[in-house]
Amino acid sequence: MTKSRIEARFAALKAQDRAAFVAYVMAGDPDRATALKILQGLPAAGADLIELGFPFSDPMAEGPPIQKAAQRALKNGMTLKGVLDLAAEFRQGDDVTPLILMGYLNPLVTWGFEAFAQAAAQAGIDGLIIVDCPPEEADPLADALDAADISLIRLATPTTDDKRLPVVLRRTSGFVYYVSVTGVTGAKEADAEAVRPAVARIRAASGLPVAVGFGIRTPERAGAIARVADAAVVGSALVDEVAEALAVNEDVTGRVLSKVRALAEAVRQARTSLPA
Amino acid sequence: MNAPIPPATPNDFAAYPDAQGRFGQFGGRYVAETLMPLVLDLEAAYLASREDTAFQAELAGLLTHYVGRPSPLYFAERLTEHFGGAKIYFKREDLNHTGAHKINNCIGQILLARKMGKTRIIAETGAGQHGVATATVCARFGLPCVVYMGAVDVARQKPNVFRMNLLGAEVTPVTSGASTLKDAMNEALRDWVTNVEDTYYLIGSAAGPHPYPMMVRDFQAIMGREIREQILEAEGRLPDAVVACVGGGSNAIGTFHPFLNDESVRIIGVEAAGDGMGTDRHAAAINGGRPGVLHGNKTYLLQDAEGQITEAHSISAGLDYPGIGPEHSWLHDVGRAQYLTATDIEALDAFKLCAELEGIIPALESSHAIARLPDIAREVGKGGIVVMNLSGRGDKDVATVADHLGRTI
Ligand SMILES: Cc1ncc(COP(=O)(O)O)c(C=O)c1O
Repeated sequence: MTKSRIEARFAALKAQDRAAFVAYVMAGDPDRATALKILQGLPAAGADLIELGFPFSDPMAEGPPIQKAAQRALKNGMTLKGVLDLAAEFRQGDDVTPLILMGYLNPLVTWGFEAFAQAAAQAGIDGLIIVDCPPEEADPLADALDAADISLIRLATPTTDDKRLPVVLRRTSGFVYYVSVTGVTGAKEADAEAVRPAVARIRAASGLPVAVGFGIRTPERAGAIARVADAAVVGSALVDEVAEALAVNEDVTGRVLSKVRALAEAVRQARTSLPA
Repeated sequence: MNAPIPPATPNDFAAYPDAQGRFGQFGGRYVAETLMPLVLDLEAAYLASREDTAFQAELAGLLTHYVGRPSPLYFAERLTEHFGGAKIYFKREDLNHTGAHKINNCIGQILLARKMGKTRIIAETGAGQHGVATATVCARFGLPCVVYMGAVDVARQKPNVFRMNLLGAEVTPVTSGASTLKDAMNEALRDWVTNVEDTYYLIGSAAGPHPYPMMVRDFQAIMGREIREQILEAEGRLPDAVVACVGGGSNAIGTFHPFLNDESVRIIGVEAAGDGMGTDRHAAAINGGRPGVLHGNKTYLLQDAEGQITEAHSISAGLDYPGIGPEHSWLHDVGRAQYLTATDIEALDAFKLCAELEGIIPALESSHAIARLPDIAREVGKGGIVVMNLSGRGDKDVATVADHLGRTI
């Protein structure tokens, strides 16, 4: 029952009355060994859930930071099989932190949905976010993932009106990912006050926790979002740490994890301390 | 060939796509959720425009008086003689305003954008022909226009970049990936997902998410309908084959579509083989790729064993794309159309031959179709009729061709 890792984590956080901090990292960025070290360090640094990006050559919803991270990972030979190996190795030391794969459909088409879903379940994957697979196209993939007990996490966005919301939430499980800005990753900043009603609406309609991402870069912003949502997702800002550490020849793992600590701390404090 | 069990032959080829935007297994709407309401709105607006007589009348008027339609169907007498087989006719899209078939689609879509109340237009371009056509209609209708163009293409199609600027468009060079058409399309999609309120994405080929492949085809099918009328008038019968080059596939599908249900008409597309099909430097999605998902649709794609999209290579910027419109993938799989290839060198030779024998300088894209004409004319044979879409003129390509001939201009 892999789904239960997501459910158990959100249930535990709810009991503590705090939001989850979700860290997005790109598998294989900048190379496999470093990516594994980062992954293994994330839970202790405060990541409650992990989104593991798998690289695609044409990530059309990604801004420059994650585009470049995917390019670095591909250049160093990362493959989808390699991503699952990485996940499996992480799972040997951590059987509780939910692991969500995030990426684009074509590598899965190549593998074959059924075979991929089985392999992903074996590797300890709990959920999947596929950016270019809207509900209208999702049934074949959802069938394969259901059979493997993996959640297909759906995306709601500022363009999701009341008419569209039930379509988006059909067959969803785990949690709902609210893309808080119209745009690519890492470009615009999310406004917590604008996000609040959207989160409430999605939570009511789905009965599931709502994670907010795409527009969070700083601890302040992560804290503000954590006050109104069930989870705050940070990706581009972490991936930028990889790029910057590489540029100045610093310890990549150390830099990423210290950023994670600052963000996670802000999320943990969000509901106990009032905003400054 | 590609599928072990070929799909059943449809009764009515013209009845596709289905309500989900599918041509068999191909097509669909594989876009980010943010864009889903937009493509659904676009589909509704487009379907309404088909029933809107005022819209259709305005479209027809512009096609006549602004684009210069109908374009002639020209009997290429000397090439016919030279090849020694079937009679060759050219559909002269090179004579349109802006010099290619691309404008047919742009006129249709700009009217739709205006009807939808959109106030900003974005487009991707490879050769710059679609960019020029988009900039042209934006100037004509007073709408701001941003064209995404791979940095490599900006360099090899300089005259078109300048033309777009003259027409008031902003050309944004794209440096991600290989800096060609595929990357320009990624960047245009990123713009669209960011500017969802006011922006209309004017896609230039019969590719992308539904409804684009259907809509662009319909706007381009005016070519095939004219060919039908014109060949019936000239020869009193339908052609034995229709031929077109295939990049994203808009000039080809616009030519083919009105003939799909005419069993006697052979349908032949020509993909760009670049350095050759034995190399990995080509742009032939059907002949050298396999089905996958990119840019909003399922179709044949150039990709590696991992499903990463690989770079296309062609001397012709307009064919330099790793995908192909989904309807072509389907026509290939069901066996209704045949997709051949032509290399860079074959296209260059055809370019020169057409200039020398017919006094027509063809676009390098169209030259790929010309390059296969000798074989097709021979196969169809004397007494037969072949119509080829001369999709554009080659003025934009003279620098590239001079380069390859080792000449400086
Ligand atoms: C003259 C001409 N022909 C053909 C093409 C290829 O596009 P499509 O396959 O959509 O007709 C282009 C694209 O730029 C072009 O400019």
